[in-house]
Amino acid sequence: MATLTVMLLALIVFSSLIIFNVVATSALDSIQEKIDISVYFKTNAPEDEVLRIKRSLEELEEVKSVEYISRDKALEMFKERHLEDATITQAVDELGENPLSASLNIKADDPSKYSLIASYLEHNTLDEYVEKVSYAQNQVVIDRLASIINISRRAGLFLTIILAIVAILVVFNTILLAIYSNREGIEIMRLVGASNMFIRGPYIVEGLIYGIVSAILSMAVILPVIYFISPYLKVFIPSMDLAGYFMDNIFTLFSYQLLFGVGIGIISSLIAIRRYLKA
Amino acid sequence: MINFQDVSNNYNGYQALINVTFKIVPQEFVSIVGRSGAGKSTIVKLLIGEEKPTNGRVTFGHYDVGKLKSGQLPQLRRHIGTIFQDFKLLPTKNVYENVAFALEVAGKPEKEISDFVREVLDLVDLGSKSKNFIRELSGGEKQRVAIARAMVNRPDVVVADEPTGNLDPFNASAIINLLTKINELGTTIILTSHNKDIVNQMGRRVIILENGRIVSDEEKGKYSVL
Repeated sequence: MATLTVMLLALIVFSSLIIFNVVATSALDSIQEKIDISVYFKTNAPEDEVLRIKRSLEELEEVKSVEYISRDKALEMFKERHLEDATITQAVDELGENPLSASLNIKADDPSKYSLIASYLEHNTLDEYVEKVSYAQNQVVIDRLASIINISRRAGLFLTIILAIVAILVVFNTILLAIYSNREGIEIMRLVGASNMFIRGPYIVEGLIYGIVSAILSMAVILPVIYFISPYLKVFIPSMDLAGYFMDNIFTLFSYQLLFGVGIGIISSLIAIRRYLKA
Repeated sequence: MINFQDVSNNYNGYQALINVTFKIVPQEFVSIVGRSGAGKSTIVKLLIGEEKPTNGRVTFGHYDVGKLKSGQLPQLRRHIGTIFQDFKLLPTKNVYENVAFALEVAGKPEKEISDFVREVLDLVDLGSKSKNFIRELSGGEKQRVAIARAMVNRPDVVVADEPTGNLDPFNASAIINLLTKINELGTTIILTSHNKDIVNQMGRRVIILENGRIVSDEEKGKYSVL
């Protein structure tokens, strides 16, 4: 029972690590998808200057697309967004002039290229026309998130390795006990000329059964948990359908678990029986 | 067939055997005698590959026993039947199953196992007790099961390590008679014992060991405890 429990724990942590990786990658992708560099121009910046900067940005290799939002377009979008808020609409109308600035939304081919684009914008003396560049603020959040995900992945991997070692030791000791209680039988088998494989067989099968049973139990524990947390996760990451992902990849995940569990079981039993077969 | 050439064996500084040399030819009946600790069981262990010689060479047929790897030992052991003082039988199996076990591990077919086991149980006069469990047998009967198991593989040699040590004189004599009968059927027998009466009544070759050395090796030898 203790053997199965420890193997089950190791497998649950192992599976959680796989699922965490999927969720983390999806969260990072979803956030990275929303990243862009927005350059807001001063309200007095001439449109042809803005368009010149747009063209120069489009010539950069790192840039995927540059969207120009003119002052008029920005105002239109602003009004649309606040269509039902009469106070804001009225306030804008009373101003008599467009208070919004033109902007460029720049998307890179690869999220890692944003820093190059940002440095291009810094090194081309655009201060005369540019009000602000929004990249820096986003980058702090992205870097922090990436760092948290990275640390969590490492912690999960470390925990999996520790639990796998514990599981190997526990299975090893269980099988060693079984071997010890049958040591006379093993001695007789060796005396009558049983091959090493014949003697090992039952203990390898025992380790194999521990691996299979714990993999099945681990799936039985994880499945309801996935269905429970999936709707909550969708609130934070709308593009993430964890339950759907789990069901689509259930055989692959089960195969990984089976491989992990059976691997632990067989390795433990092989090590345990080895010393009895040396002579 | 069996050759010990200048064999020495050392256990953590204790010399169990010192420069032991002897040969055993097919169909011989050889008794190896000596006090406890003289080195008798070490010779048995070296012959079945349970131990490796510290010096010298042990050969059995074409096998250089000391150089065999763990995976090659089962082949050697199928040519050697072993009998021990404590019987080494499986208590969870009955008489038939204990004897059949030696053939099962060798992967023999069911029909062959059945024929050979019945034949060998008749030889040791236990045909009527084939379904009895080991706990239901007397000491002499247990040793006869062990002899049947040793014989069922039709080995070239049977090694009996103190086979009468746990038996009363009547059963001890019956076991020696049975080993003699097996020898007459063509199987080489190596018997280790410290019982001088049993060894002396046979009038066969006797190798006497003392403190790990051979002190006498004679045809129709006699063993007298000094």
